[in-house]
Amino acid sequence: MDNFGYLFAAYTIIFAVIFLYVVFIWRRQSRLEVELRAMEAQLRDVREELKSRAMPQSRSAQ
Amino acid sequence: MNKRLNLSLGALTALLMVAAIYMVFVYVPPEADQGNVQRIFYFHVPCAWVAFAAFGLVAICGIFYLWLGSEIWDDLGYAAAESGMVFCTLVLVTGSIWAKPIWGTWWTWDSRLTTTLILWLLYGGYLMLRAMAGDTPQVARFAAVIGIVAAADVPVVVVSVRLWRTIHPAVLVTRQGGHGLEDPRMVATLLVAMAAFTALFVWLLILRFATLRMRTRIATLARDLNLAHAAAGDL
Repeated sequence: MDNFGYLFAAYTIIFAVIFLYVVFIWRRQSRLEVELRAMEAQLRDVREELKSRAMPQSRSAQ
Repeated sequence: MNKRLNLSLGALTALLMVAAIYMVFVYVPPEADQGNVQRIFYFHVPCAWVAFAAFGLVAICGIFYLWLGSEIWDDLGYAAAESGMVFCTLVLVTGSIWAKPIWGTWWTWDSRLTTTLILWLLYGGYLMLRAMAGDTPQVARFAAVIGIVAAADVPVVVVSVRLWRTIHPAVLVTRQGGHGLEDPRMVATLLVAMAAFTALFVWLLILRFATLRMRTRIATLARDLNLAHAAAGDL
């Protein structure tokens, strides 16, 4: 009563599901990292633009 | 997330998993009645333990989120629910595969199996709510309540084999008390597998939590960016 097929199927499914979940997390993490960097860079650019626009105005006000 | 912690936890998980696989397939003797198919038990039970721990954590995070309102608790609860679902799915699938040669059927409406399926459906509902209803504080509050209520099924699953007539074996604590693992090698193998799955759960939880924190950070940056754009338009 060994039923190796069932044993093999059970362990294959366990490792496949865990592997797929790890891949899912890693892919999502790398996608979000790219998105985060892009957004940080965009925010930095807008803030620098704001600062550069504000500078001449404050000089002309003096 | 700290990359060194991530790598160390991943390495520890891999080490424990290799030890558990060796013990399951080489070290532990086959069970007298069921033969080699009983080896499913050594990963089936740790999957159940980790799923219960994860759902317990969802409830704890839900309580703290409702109490303190911090997004960190919401993200941790979400990460725990998702990992718990992965392990709960594995419990149902491996249990079904084990049941076929031993009970002669893939599924039976036994109390342990039915309450576990209810648990899976409850947290499935939790994850569907999170995926489809958006990321508002109201959804987070609803999810916290569902997470707390659903966790009430965990003790029911645990005691179901003693409360109702069932064909599911009560191995860890038998109906007569004590445990049903006669050979000390079986106990050792189960303990190592439990440690391996606990480490795996913690590692997956930290990875997923980091991803959810990143998503929350992106949402905050998007708000800041909108404000900055509005300010740039005003000047």
